Amino acid sequence: MYVLKGKTVFAGIAIGRVNVLKKERSNVRRYRVENTAEELERLKIALESTDKELEALYEKALKEVGESGAMIFDVHRMMLQDQDYTDSIENIIRGQEVNSEFAVAVTSDNFAEMFSAMDDEYMKARAADIKDISERLISVLKGESGAAEDSEEPVILAAEDLSPSETVQLDKSRILAFVTKYGSSNSHTAILARTMSIPALIGVDFSEEIDGVTAIVDGIRGEIIIEPDAETLAKYRTMQKEEAEKKKLLKEMKGKETVTKSGRKIRLYSNIGGTGDLPAVLENDAEGIGLFRSEFLYLEKEDYPTEEEQFAAYKTVAESMAGKLVVIRTLDIGADKQIDYFGLDKEDNPALGYRAIRICLDRPEVFRTQLRALLRASAYGNIGIMFPMIISVDEVRRSKKYIEEISAELKASGIACGDPEIGVMIETPASVMISEELAKEVDFFSIGTNDLTQYTLAIDRQNLKLDSINDTHHPAILRMIKMVVENGHKHNTWVGICGELGADPELTKTFVEMGIDELSVSPNFILPLRKAIRSLE
Amino acid sequence: MVSFEFTVQDPNGLHARPAGQLIKEAMKCKSKVTIKNGDKSADAKRLFNVMALGVKGGDVLTVEVEGETETQDAESFKAFVTENI
Repeated sequence: MYVLKGKTVFAGIAIGRVNVLKKERSNVRRYRVENTAEELERLKIALESTDKELEALYEKALKEVGESGAMIFDVHRMMLQDQDYTDSIENIIRGQEVNSEFAVAVTSDNFAEMFSAMDDEYMKARAADIKDISERLISVLKGESGAAEDSEEPVILAAEDLSPSETVQLDKSRILAFVTKYGSSNSHTAILARTMSIPALIGVDFSEEIDGVTAIVDGIRGEIIIEPDAETLAKYRTMQKEEAEKKKLLKEMKGKETVTKSGRKIRLYSNIGGTGDLPAVLENDAEGIGLFRSEFLYLEKEDYPTEEEQFAAYKTVAESMAGKLVVIRTLDIGADKQIDYFGLDKEDNPALGYRAIRICLDRPEVFRTQLRALLRASAYGNIGIMFPMIISVDEVRRSKKYIEEISAELKASGIACGDPEIGVMIETPASVMISEELAKEVDFFSIGTNDLTQYTLAIDRQNLKLDSINDTHHPAILRMIKMVVENGHKHNTWVGICGELGADPELTKTFVEMGIDELSVSPNFILPLRKAIRSLE
Repeated sequence: MVSFEFTVQDPNGLHARPAGQLIKEAMKCKSKVTIKNGDKSADAKRLFNVMALGVKGGDVLTVEVEGETETQDAESFKAFVTENI
């Protein structure tokens, strides 16, 4: 397995066997002809059939890529009929008593040279058109058919370069991708590849030895992977499938509202683990960020991240989302997600241990740094602050007090600071039971179904022996969610789900019926969920 | 002989496609049609000839029409180029 780099003309993934298109450009033999009149007649017939071929190509291109793409073949026909061009060929046949193929090749070189010498990039590129029609004419003279490849299965077509006529002439149902050594992204071929939506790479320095081997064209990263191993192949097969489904969904769902048929709007947000996830969030048209796990800022460092470092990351996300809500969860680490510099003791039962808000409230210097960064960043967008692992009203009040104090400090020193929405994670059975009291304290709830399930069912998620009884749709969980929604709504607190259950298509209808206001899921679940919600009553 | 001048409006000049259209139109004329760009001149019925003029957007071209039907030919050709080129 090895990888060759190229420049993407059209993105997409193709997997298949490589077919290297070999050209026999210089393979024109010169020989003497006794009867020039006969040779001129042979040329005339060849010109006529070449013209017919070009006419057919024009028709084919017209159907496949439309008029603007097909126009080039009309121009090719005119070039072929051009009197200067035909005169030159005829003169060479007559004057030098040589065969037509040779006369065409010489004429082609002369005309191409004339264009290459012109003081205009566009005209210089027309040299390729002259070579293209001349080669076609030569193969007609030789009695060769123009068809390029002869394999039955679809292939990745690799060539030095492809002329427009070669590109259009190829049977598209048998081409998975184009890979060329030369050519520019503005060449006709590149334009045609884009119009035909076939993954294409240019500027790939391949050797002819790749003929017949399996390869993957990754038009997203601009590379071709030669003889991929089974693992890579499997990975790309999945990607290819997802790509196809995603494309379809994107077309259908991007820019649409997430609303049921009866007009109930659901906020469809995305979960992210860092700023690197932002492109996927935007591409999948998330309406906001429902859970930004701030742990990554701590996990990737050797020491506590500074206020400035955190501020920069939060600000980036807030600004990228351009006014859409970004819910940032404060630090959620514990004995199961160890960070060396925190110096946490090893615990026998980390899930029930010293973690999340418990650490933050115990170590105000850590908490205050993060809250200051969050409050400052909230001046640059629409930020929500969310506290994890809440079991009591007191924890919420103490956390809110920090926010009030820090806001006042910032304002006093003239530092910009927003007024973020405040929310809590509902992930302990305790928080569910006191959700009515909690609702009076906060703007929103976000139900973390992973932990809530583990704590409610008393099943360790990591314990495989318990898999068979780990019922994620357990009625206890569903009733708890319903209860949280009802209690939240009593006090104008909106309620969302940010756990894995939120993306479970079997429960979407149930959640909507319960009155859930928001679902926050991985970026790739956004559009499938939007589709599902739009089909609900 | 009838002659007239026109300015090339297409910012790309006389590229393959507009040149192709121009040739097609010139072919309709019975008269001989010559296009001049500065000191270079070309037979308007020959594509490579016209392309070799290296016409750029904004260039002022002189067209000369010569033949029995030169008046009508010049008129229709002029109408075409002012509209399309």
